[in-house]
Amino acid sequence: MLLRRKIANHLFSAFTALSLLFGIGIMAAILLTLLSKGWAGFSLPIFSQSTPAPDLIGGLKNAIVGSLLMTFIGMLISAPIGILAAIYLIDSGRGTKLSTLIRFFNDILLSAPSIVIGLFLYVLVVRMMGHFSGWAGALALAFIALPIIVRTSEDVLLLASDPLREAATALGAPRWKVAWLIGFHAARSGIITALLLAMARIFGETAPLLFTALSNQFYTNNLQQPMANLPVVIFQFAMSPYENWQDLAWAGALLLTLSILLISIIARCLGQKRN
Amino acid sequence: MLLARQKWWSIDNLFVGTTKLFALLVFFLVFAIVAALIHASYPAAQAFGFEFLTTDTWNPVIGEFSALAAMSGTVLTALIALVVGVPLSFGIAVFISELAPAWLKRPLSITIELMAGIPSIIYGMWGLFVLAPLMAYYVQPSLHNTLGTIPVIGHLFSGPMIGIGLFTAGLILAVMVIPLIAAVMQDLLHTVPTVIREAAYGTGATRWEVIWHVIVPYIRTGLIGSIILGFGRALGETMAVTFVIGNAHKLTSALFSPGTSISSVIANEFAEATGKLYPAALLELGLILFFITFIVLACARLLLYRYKH
Amino acid sequence: MSLTHSHHALSESSTSLEGESHATITAAQSATELLAKDTVLRTENLDFFYGHEQALHGISISIKKGQVTALIGPSGSGKSTVLRTFNQIYRLYAEQYATGTILFHEQNLLEPGLDVSQLRKYIGMVFQKPAPFPLSIFDNIAFAIKLHEKLSHAELAHRVEVALKQAVLWDEVKDKLKAHASRLSGGQQQRLCIARTIATQPEILLLDEPTSALDPKSARQIEDLIATLAQYTTIVMVTHNLKQARRAANYTAFLHQGQLIEMAPSQQLFEQPEHELTHDYVLGKHHEER
Repeated sequence: MLLRRKIANHLFSAFTALSLLFGIGIMAAILLTLLSKGWAGFSLPIFSQSTPAPDLIGGLKNAIVGSLLMTFIGMLISAPIGILAAIYLIDSGRGTKLSTLIRFFNDILLSAPSIVIGLFLYVLVVRMMGHFSGWAGALALAFIALPIIVRTSEDVLLLASDPLREAATALGAPRWKVAWLIGFHAARSGIITALLLAMARIFGETAPLLFTALSNQFYTNNLQQPMANLPVVIFQFAMSPYENWQDLAWAGALLLTLSILLISIIARCLGQKRN
Repeated sequence: MLLARQKWWSIDNLFVGTTKLFALLVFFLVFAIVAALIHASYPAAQAFGFEFLTTDTWNPVIGEFSALAAMSGTVLTALIALVVGVPLSFGIAVFISELAPAWLKRPLSITIELMAGIPSIIYGMWGLFVLAPLMAYYVQPSLHNTLGTIPVIGHLFSGPMIGIGLFTAGLILAVMVIPLIAAVMQDLLHTVPTVIREAAYGTGATRWEVIWHVIVPYIRTGLIGSIILGFGRALGETMAVTFVIGNAHKLTSALFSPGTSISSVIANEFAEATGKLYPAALLELGLILFFITFIVLACARLLLYRYKH
Repeated sequence: MSLTHSHHALSESSTSLEGESHATITAAQSATELLAKDTVLRTENLDFFYGHEQALHGISISIKKGQVTALIGPSGSGKSTVLRTFNQIYRLYAEQYATGTILFHEQNLLEPGLDVSQLRKYIGMVFQKPAPFPLSIFDNIAFAIKLHEKLSHAELAHRVEVALKQAVLWDEVKDKLKAHASRLSGGQQQRLCIARTIATQPEILLLDEPTSALDPKSARQIEDLIATLAQYTTIVMVTHNLKQARRAANYTAFLHQGQLIEMAPSQQLFEQPEHELTHDYVLGKHHEER
């Protein structure tokens, strides 16, 4: 009897260890694939030339720049809104039914399909403007980042802000000064991390850009035009039958993954240092 | 009089008003999305009515569209993702939380979190170029020859064994939701008070028995919530699925065959959707997807709510 | 030295009862009572609610001017809650509210529509856990002063020095005023918070268990500081340390389950409590703490 229980226990432990190995193994496999197939592509002029026609040599410059531009603008739009919304939730809105409702909807938006955000902006912006554009793309990324920023900012701001709130309010500080104090404290301890993690997420989003910025064969930094971006270019090139396009797709995929991992790791290191 | 009345207009009120406005923005965004999609999909809703949800024809040429094939594909692939992914997520969460030595816990958690950060398009590419051939050459034939012989459920493991299809899409989805579900489960395991653990081990139970008979019931609602959360995420995934699902508008239960999901239909066909009806049909699909995921995610959040603070 | 040199004299604000929406009889009574020079703040029939839960029942308490009043009672008795109604800090939380009357300078603090941020200039609060701002030592105190007064830099520096001296912290930090406040020890941080609070020269100083988060040596220092501050400001102190209450307070109020059971000069309350509950708490506990 005892032996049976022990065996069951060992089997279970083995299962959990195997699960972990499986998970790590998959991640390693993916990284290995990216490295092996993408590294060769780095010899191409990916940073200096734009996407080429099917049989010509080219790079990913327009896609890289487009992604960077739209990500930054998306963050520029969503960060202040998200942080201020989080401040409302922990300050004036604390304990109100409204804040519970907002938090609930925010969490749903957080996990909602990003393709729907793309469709939403397609209807709202692309149809109005009559064409795809970098602005629509940036807005789509902003709306995807927004609930992430609200949620993570709220956690950061809440962490040590109560004693600070009460102490500052007890001195007679108006709400906006209290918020500034909390924000200052939070900036030292985690808002940056939260923002970087949101940025890492939207940098890799494909679906919403398909219906907003689409892509552009040529280099442009004009946001009014359709704008090339890494994820969509990777998608188009990977599914194509042209070998050089596929090579570029793998190089792009490697670049994308490394960038995102880098941002995530930096974000976590910053977070650790503060603590 | 020492204290004045509150000014109706002040910097402070402006500040509070602004923060409230931005917070409400998040709230109204959901409604705005629904409104925009309803408006844009109206031509299709008008043309096809309720049958949009119950038939599975998809013929752009003659302009007949309906959602059933896509809907079933979405749900089927997400279910496969759960069947494969949930036990693995549980195993990972338990290992990190209960079995791993202290110095290993944090690095492992971080690794899993980094996995969650890999964009879905990467999973999709890996699925198409690496996993699909493996499936075609090794996995699918062996599954077909073993599990495929069992009556009734054996039919699931049939279909053209070309590597892409509903099954592979489900597997890729499984890999994608594992980090999410594992992370939530890990948090849940942390909420179990030490006293309960110690009391359980004190009765002489083995680790497996403590976990299965004491800890799991303690966080059962949360575990269900985490599973539903993973389900909701899997329903909405686009890029990973688009690469490997095969894009065939067919209602089928033979999991190896190609199929389609709502998000992959939209992603694949939006660029060539000409006319009025075609885009409207795609947008109606998007609306349906949003409704389904909204309900699923709401359920998940309600279940997980009590563990939050 | 008086902290209160900048305040209105109580007799100045005469019988103007504008804004009083409550029973005029109460208002008239309170006006005459408050004019009595010895009371600086008074509550009448104060109820307090955390959502649906009622935490205070009909509290009517008078705080004597220039005296140290201690609020004692078992945990959950509402003593901190009472303290927090005095400076209305609970208003930060939407589900907390109070009904009744709190009279300060002839105004009912619970009257709707009042701008209570001004109140905090006259009623200051020090919390249990030191909460230094993420700023330099100097800026911590300057922040408080700048909220209410516009001063030249020289005047500001002077006021900061005065506050730090009153809090008996000046000698320890005078060479490192620009250092970050988090570098200070626990006891020093609490003294910094006290300095910050008294920098605005409040009439009443509220202390919510000011020493319970500190080691005995720092606690002793704070207690001495409180004794010094008591010379020129009204102090209301919540404590669960009965010896501390007995040592430091002129008056002691005993609360139990949200009700004010008894309030009397400290010596009388501790040696000859009238109420049975007071007796049990005060004398029973005394045995333990010997």
